[in-house]
This record gives sequence, C-alpha cells and structure tokens, in this order.
Amino acid sequence: MSSTAPTSPQPSPAPERGGVPTALSDVTASDSALRRFLHGLPGVDAVGLEARAASLGTRSIKTTAKAYAIDLAISMVDLTTLEGADTPGKVRALGAKAVRPDPSDRTAPATAAVCVYPDMVAAAKEAVAGSTVKVASVATAFPAGRAPLPVKLADVREAVAAGADEIDMVIDRGAFLAGNYRKVFDEITAVKEACGASARLKVIFETGELSTYDNIRRASWLGMLAGADFIKTSTGKVAVNATPANTLLMLEAVRDFRAQTGVQVGVKPAGGIRTTKDAVKFLVLVNETVGEDWLDNHWFRFGASSLLNDLLMQRQKLATGRYSGPDYVTVD
Amino acid sequence: MSKKTKKTRQAAVTSAAEAGGTLAATAATPSAATTAAVAHAAPKKASAFAYAPAPESRAVVDIAPSYGLFIDGEFTEAAGGRVFKTVSPATEEVLSEVAQAGEADVDRAVKAARKAFASWSALPGAERAKYLFRIARIIQERSRELAVLETLDNGKPIRETRDADLPLVAAHFFYYAGWADKLDHAGYGADPRPLGVAGQVIPWNFPLLMLAWKIAPALATGNTVVLKPAETTPLSALFFADICRQAGLPRGVVNILPGYGDAGAALVAHPDVNKVAFTGSTAVGKQIARTVAGTRKKLTLELGGKGANIVFDDAPIDQAVEGVVNGIFFNQGQVCCAGSRLLVQESIHDELLDSLKRRLSTLRLGDPLDKNTDIGAINSAEQLARITSLVEQGEAEGAERWSAPCELPEDGYWFAPTLFTGVTQAHTVARDEIFGPVLSVLTFRTPDEAVAKANNTPYGLSAGIWTEKGSRILAVANKLRAGVVWSNTFNKFDPTSPFGGYKESGFGREGGRHGLEAYLDV
Repeated sequence: MSSTAPTSPQPSPAPERGGVPTALSDVTASDSALRRFLHGLPGVDAVGLEARAASLGTRSIKTTAKAYAIDLAISMVDLTTLEGADTPGKVRALGAKAVRPDPSDRTAPATAAVCVYPDMVAAAKEAVAGSTVKVASVATAFPAGRAPLPVKLADVREAVAAGADEIDMVIDRGAFLAGNYRKVFDEITAVKEACGASARLKVIFETGELSTYDNIRRASWLGMLAGADFIKTSTGKVAVNATPANTLLMLEAVRDFRAQTGVQVGVKPAGGIRTTKDAVKFLVLVNETVGEDWLDNHWFRFGASSLLNDLLMQRQKLATGRYSGPDYVTVD
Repeated sequence: MSKKTKKTRQAAVTSAAEAGGTLAATAATPSAATTAAVAHAAPKKASAFAYAPAPESRAVVDIAPSYGLFIDGEFTEAAGGRVFKTVSPATEEVLSEVAQAGEADVDRAVKAARKAFASWSALPGAERAKYLFRIARIIQERSRELAVLETLDNGKPIRETRDADLPLVAAHFFYYAGWADKLDHAGYGADPRPLGVAGQVIPWNFPLLMLAWKIAPALATGNTVVLKPAETTPLSALFFADICRQAGLPRGVVNILPGYGDAGAALVAHPDVNKVAFTGSTAVGKQIARTVAGTRKKLTLELGGKGANIVFDDAPIDQAVEGVVNGIFFNQGQVCCAGSRLLVQESIHDELLDSLKRRLSTLRLGDPLDKNTDIGAINSAEQLARITSLVEQGEAEGAERWSAPCELPEDGYWFAPTLFTGVTQAHTVARDEIFGPVLSVLTFRTPDEAVAKANNTPYGLSAGIWTEKGSRILAVANKLRAGVVWSNTFNKFDPTSPFGGYKESGFGREGGRHGLEAYLDV
C-alpha cells in the first residue's frame, strides 16, 4: 500500500484550501465511490482505542513541561459563549478576557479566539479589535443543523460578512446516519465556498450523535476530503462531547490524511474539558500522536468556557507556589 | 535521566534500502540514523513539549544493606555464610547483599515447611482464606513501596509495576483467598487434599507476580511452600516474607530462599518435596523434568515461548500497532508469552510496518523510576549479552534490522526496541526465544498459512489474532496450538484465567479454577 507510505509530507502553510486533494480526487467522484472509500477505512477497535487514550492519560507532566503546557493550552482556547441569553455586553466581557485572560499577569498569553453565534460576531469583532484573538462563529443552524441548505449558507455568509475569521459548522448528522455521505460532502463544500478565502472552516461532527468510532473515523475523512480546515468533535450541546478517545481517533485521522495528501488539518475537541489536568492530557495525545507540528493554535484548539479559569489558577499556582482561588480570576 | 549526563550511545539503525545491499553497516554509526525507513522519526529532534523528569520517589522504600534467608518465620544467614549482591540494572548500583542459599539451607527450609504442613493443612479453608485476604490487603496498602522496589531491582518501568504487576499480585491473592473455603466445589471431588510441601522456583521477569501465581494457590489449597526467587531479583520476595510476618502467617508456611541455580536444583531434587512448580527457561525446565522423573512429585512447568501475533488485512490497524507494541515491548520483551513473532498479511505489510516504526519512535526509554518511561532496563548483563548475540545472529543470517532511534544511558543494561523484517521461518530470530525487545516480522498470504506458520514452533504459549471479523477470530483461534490466544488485544492477564503452555512451553495451568489442580492430590 504505497498510498500510505510516509512521504515526509509538508504541512500546507496556507490556511485556505478548497476542493478535494488531487491524491484522492477519484474517491469523491461519485456517491458510491465515496461510500466505498469511507467503508474501506480500517475499523476501530473500541477497547484498544480507549485503552491507548487512557494509557497516555497517565503521563506525568510536571514543572517546566506543565508551565509550557498551560500556556500552550491557554493560547489554544476558543473562549466560547453560545447561550440564548448572550448579549453584546456579555460578548464584550468575553472578548476582553480572551485578549487579556489574567488581568494580574500580563505574561499570560491571549486565547486563540472567541466563539459566538453569528449575530454576535460584530460585537465580538469590536471587543477583540487590535489583538491576535480571532472571532469564530458557529453557523449552519447550530447546533442541530436542521435547516435547509440555503438557510445554512445565508447563516455562514452573514457571519463572514460581519467579520468572522472562522466558521464552526455542524454536519447534517441525519444525512450521515442515513448513509447519504455525498449530501454531507456537498454541504461542507458549499459552506467552504461560502466561507470564501478569508474564513477558516471548522467542521463539527457531533461525535456523541455519530456514536460509533467507525462513524467518527468516516466522518473525519469525509470532512477533510470536503475541505475542512479543522475537524471538531462536538457542539457542547449533547450528553457526550469531547473525550480523549474520540480526539485520539481524530488525531490519527489528520495524521493519516496528511501522510496521504500532504494537507494538514487541525483538530478541535469541544465540550466537557474543564480542568487543566484534562487539557494537559489532550496535549499529550497531540504530542504523542501527531507531534509538534500540531502543537500550535493554528492546528489545535480547545472549545471551552470554564477551562480558561482553571488554567489561569494553575498558572498562578506554578508562578507563586500557592493556590489562589476563584476570586482571583475574572468571572464573565 | 536526571543523574549523570549521559554520553549518547546512538542505537544502530539501518534502513531497508541499506540492509538490502549489505548488512555489514549496522554498527553503531550515528549517520545511519537518518534513513528513508525512519524518515518520520529520525533524526530525533527535541520536541517543544519535552516532558520534565517525573521520578517516583525512592523514599517510600527502605532497602536494608543486607538480607538473610527466610526460614521458619525468621530471617537467618545461609549455612555456608555465602552472600551475593543484587544490583539495579538501570544503574548497576548495588542495592543490597543477600544470603545465598545452599543445599543445607534447602533442607532446613523443607523441614520447616514439612513441620508447618500438618497444622496449616488442618486449618479450615475459611481460616486459611483469612490469612490470604490479609496478605492481599497488605500488598495493596504497600503497593507503592513494592512497585518502587520491584522497579529498582528488576529495571522495569514504574508505570508497569504500578499499573500492571502490583494490581495483579493483589488480585491473585484475593482470588485464591476466595477459593480456600470452596475447594469442595472446584470440580475435584469432595474435600480434595493438599499435596504437602511445594518447591517453587520463579524467574526474574515478574518477580513478585510469579511469586503470587505460585504461593497464592499453594496456600489456598493447604500446602506449605519453599520458594526460590531468581538471583537477580530477590528483594521483592524478601519483602513478601516480611508481609507474611505482618499478616501473622504461621511459621514455616512460607519459606524464601534467595540463591542461584544450585539452590533451585537442590530444592527440586529434595526427597521431601511433594510438588515442584517452575517458571523459567525451557532448558532448565527439561533438567527439572529429568530430576523429577520417576518420583511421586507432581510437576508443573511454565517455560519459554515464541508467540505469534497474527495481523489480518482487515485488522483495526492503529489498535493492532498498539497491541504489537504491547505484545513485544511490555517489560522490555522479557515475557514468556511475548508476541515476539509478528505475522502480518503481506497485503498490508508496508503500511503496518510504517505505522509500527513511527510508533516505536515515540517510545520513551530511560530511568525506570520516571513515571513517563515506557522502556526500562534489561534485567542483567547476562541477558543483555544473550539478546545482543541473537540480534547479531539475525543480522548475520540476512534479516533486516531496524532499531528505534533513542539514546541509551551509559550505565546499566539497555537495548533499544528493535525489529527485524525480511524474516523467514528459517531464521534463528524466528525460532529461538530472544526474551528481549526484539520483534521478528514475517508475512503470510492466507489464514491457513498464518496458522501453519504460527504453529510451526517448538513452543506454544501464546498467540494473538487481529481482525475485525468475528468468525475469523473463532476459526483461527481453534487451530492455534497455544495456551493463551488473545484476540484484538495482547498480554492481558487476570487471576480468573488459566495460563500455561503446549509443547515445549510446558504443562499444567496456573490461574483460575484450573490452577487449583496443580496443588491438589487429584
């Protein structure tokens, strides 16, 4: 199988990419070719996958390594508010926190992005203006994705027009589970097109609804074939969100995809990651599965809201030797 | 490793391309590290996310400068006054000086065990169970201490002693404690009787776990024990002696005799021993069988292996790679049931090998006490020499060697994870047990060929099957002549599961209900 031979792949430096990589263009030529390809991917043994994720979870990350991991994790956070009750005021506060997470310590890095609903993009853009913090917007009738395609595309265009740097779309899980892979593929390519050259596209699979690891691997390849810049586990709105095992599986997928096509795709676990300890475990997964090419917020993100304060408290603890407490970080 | 700065000893690495022409160039030439075959991994650059040292504290274990033999509930000097040193294989540091048992000591210990047998075997099973439960609990309470001790004396990583060895040791005692008062229902008739004095000789690869496999069923069934641990790893057995005292076990029920092969031979040959249990090499096992032949002694032997790990083309590849790694690099490959032969379907050979090499390049070799270490030290200079010589023979016979690019510490006994490709059934590395971190990769075309090759060995201890197809698992497993067949996993142990071999891997079963039979007069 020369197709998977290591080819010393070069990561694609450009964030924008479109269309199917030439190495795999034939697999998306038809509905049946796509199905054959996805069903021909090696199976996933659930017990083995979870055991591997758990064993990497026992790594002991101390002192300098922990300091590095905490700062890296902070810089990878997509600080998120996705509530019906979101207001411009709430979004401004979130933006300020993203730009300067620890008001008592200017050395704390900024987060990667703030993540909001499309109608809050403008407010978010204003709040982070002049900083490195990106604005990500969920779109495509998030979180259910149950809307006609034109509505989803309008959702995306609005967000992009308002200045969103990144679009977090949801796939049509119904179509995926019904076996209509081509429909999912076409939707992703249409959304990718609507993102234009400026916005990077994150594709959310809602792994908790896809349920099996085989499905998650197929969805990962489907998303990457259709032009995803990032593949993302979940919306944070269902019972099972990011887990070490499903993230490990997606990391294996981006690793293999790059080996075959030369195209590097990012990974974003989202939902359920609340503590520094958890975040460090995910970074260990990244480090030992795909290596340092992904240890950068251009290629790996955490979709989280409460995680940031725990990271900041642990950061203060490392710096001062004392635990501070929730009153020494900002509550937004 | 935090101690003295190590001078780099680059593991020898050859590429397929290079070795294809000549295999002479496998000497430790650092330039050989950069090759097509290891393009992903070598040269190994320091990752931005370098794990800081995370050593487990040695302070939890207090090793005395010297230890005696444990006979009749007392620590005592050897009759001949001889002692030997036990060293940490990771650093060659002398850990302690231990009394060396001789023939006179064996006789003394067997007499003590014989004396204790009358009252111990007369105890109701429920009473014996109390002692075993107590021992199991003390092992759990002292598990951190014992894990560090085992890592120091054996060289295996703390990750393994902490997460595998010690939990299994406690589980074995708990499990057989449960049987002690239920022997009537074990399927060996009403009121099955113990044999008497059990002479047990165990190896150095899982010192405390092998002790548990031997002692727990022996005591549960009402036998008394004289156990000889291996000369390179006597300490955890001596700590176990202390645990027996802590548990209030009657004198003489367990006797521990550290020593060399001569002590083991004397124990096996002792006329008042009723039962011999041995785990170790096939060569020694054959000697023991000759010694015991013609006597009334009951014998179980758990010997070497050359386990086949069969990977079919529909296997879950990423998990198969993990299983192969776990199968041969767990405990530095010093496992009798190691999956030391990888039988891979030819159609996925290149893909699997690329994944395997990439994975091996991430293994962390070094200080066994560091919680992030995957590969520890080889147990002894002698074992390292044996591994090295077999690997050299593999190269001389034309197999292509690849070793993971990792720095080996200057002191201690180390061997980089290594695999051989282009191996056939005719190669020594495919036939002889290496007992080290060395994997031989062979290919097959059909399931029948896989079974034929897997069975084509004098051994028959373990095998693995990797496929997503359930019917194939069952069909192949039924044809494999191996005591344990794992499917889509490897090296998983449980006290409820019988373990043992076919052919030159020995006979008798340890573990589970079957494990009781070896210690009962049935």
